[in-house]
Amino acid sequence: MKVLVPIKRVIDYNVKVRVKPDNSNVDLANVKMAINPFCEIAVEEAVRLKEAGTATEIIAVSIGDKSCQEQLRTALALGADKAIQIDTDQNLDSLNVAKLLQKVVEAEQPQLVILGKQSIDSDNNQTGQMLAALTGLPQGTFASEVKVDGDKVNVTREIDGGLQTVALSLPAIVTTDLRLNEPRYASLPNIMKAKRKPLEVQPAADFGIDLAPRSTLVKVSPPSERQAGIVVESVDELVEKLKNEAKVIS
Amino acid sequence: MSILVFAEHDNNTLKADTLKTVAAAQAIGGDIDVVVAGLNCQAVAEAAAQINGVNKVLVADNAAYEHQLAENVSLLVTELASDYSHILATALTTGKNFMPRVAALLDVAQISDIIAVESADTFVRPIYAGNAIATVQSLDSKKVITVRTTGFDAVATDGSAEIIAIAQATDAGTSSHVSDELTVSERPDLGAAGVVISGGRGMQNGDNFKLLEGIADKLGAAIGASRAAVDAGFVPNDMQVGQTGKIVAPDLYIAVGISGAIQHLAGMKDSKVIVAINKDPEAPIFQVADYGIVGDLFDVLPELESKL
Repeated sequence: MKVLVPIKRVIDYNVKVRVKPDNSNVDLANVKMAINPFCEIAVEEAVRLKEAGTATEIIAVSIGDKSCQEQLRTALALGADKAIQIDTDQNLDSLNVAKLLQKVVEAEQPQLVILGKQSIDSDNNQTGQMLAALTGLPQGTFASEVKVDGDKVNVTREIDGGLQTVALSLPAIVTTDLRLNEPRYASLPNIMKAKRKPLEVQPAADFGIDLAPRSTLVKVSPPSERQAGIVVESVDELVEKLKNEAKVIS
Repeated sequence: MSILVFAEHDNNTLKADTLKTVAAAQAIGGDIDVVVAGLNCQAVAEAAAQINGVNKVLVADNAAYEHQLAENVSLLVTELASDYSHILATALTTGKNFMPRVAALLDVAQISDIIAVESADTFVRPIYAGNAIATVQSLDSKKVITVRTTGFDAVATDGSAEIIAIAQATDAGTSSHVSDELTVSERPDLGAAGVVISGGRGMQNGDNFKLLEGIADKLGAAIGASRAAVDAGFVPNDMQVGQTGKIVAPDLYIAVGISGAIQHLAGMKDSKVIVAINKDPEAPIFQVADYGIVGDLFDVLPELESKL
């Protein structure tokens, strides 16, 4: 079966972002970028399905300008067979991303689409669910286990208070949580091989979708900073402070 | 304006988070209705009817909604949406699961995880793990919103709204519930607890989390963990506090053996009082802590338990 893995280029998770002085947005100039960690888990899961003989072909897709080809090459080095860059300079919201992906799903007819549950930049947690709604497919979000079984997939989901397992008829949409797997590192031979794998560029404008933004970013501010407090010398002093100064315990 | 709030519940009990989501609805302003979707959920409907400021409680009591599968619940809420300008759900795993489907079916964007309301179309939400705060104006005619409840105070429950049964029973037929494996705990919910004590990589193993239990018992606290502790396999993921785990804002948060990565701080830095226990005086957690103890947690914890 064919597996589609949409991925996003985001700020590297180790980098602390700074807000621009004019409060127009965060400053991403000369910041290290990487594949969104949850998307990397999605690629890994697809590769494992292929290694298990369940998946036959993995297509990675990313939406953005030419720079996201770097992340697509990473996905190819990890084991994807083919990549598609949907070319646009626009910063799209999740609904427009989902609409573009819907067209890719219609064209490629994958049995399974695996996405990250959220990107660590906008923290929206929307695209997979929206894609599922637009394609009319069932969804298994926040997955910690994915088991394909004939024409169904069982997805174990991380929910408040524990785990939930749902059975979805294929084709289906899965979004990854952190514990689904631990992504591998790409080996040097695979990185070299990835350079020769097919990477197709499709202009977003060719999809015939109204990509007008649905919201305006009014401003971006730094969070209110907490003042560092005091270091107490003993447990007695801590208990005394919590009782009499902070008054949070009795 | 008219606002529909989706009730968060387990078919038996209405979660207190819904009271905070209603508070967000009140900040937007307008008539507020609550929808309860579940099976044999009459008790939840009655609790929802007592939420202050609620006009009507719509109850869809049907097997299709027993486990609140996103495919089915999103169709229900989308059908109800025509009567409302705003649709709100709590940004917990249920709301996060089905609400983007509602937005897509209505062909509108979703504003996720709002922490404040500026006006009926402008909302404040954290981005980049809370390292930046965005103010966003929605251009859509209908607003689909999830609410991060740490940003709002619960409304009172001395109301008496009308309860109306609704007949909708949509089963998309593409998904089914197999099983739940819920953590059974005598302790309060992480999201609702007034005190939270969390352990990090410094706990060294899962057994050592027992050191937190005695303190949690004395304080009526919930027990949490950092992602490092979850990744190391010390404790299950539903205990994770942070950007991708639970977002908490208790009166007292005690971080034990947690260095304070930005992803963890994103989940707890709105707590009223933060205590850090760590042997590394340079750990970033001390920069956000009100009270810090530099010391070996294996000495500090037993002493703290005995002195509470």
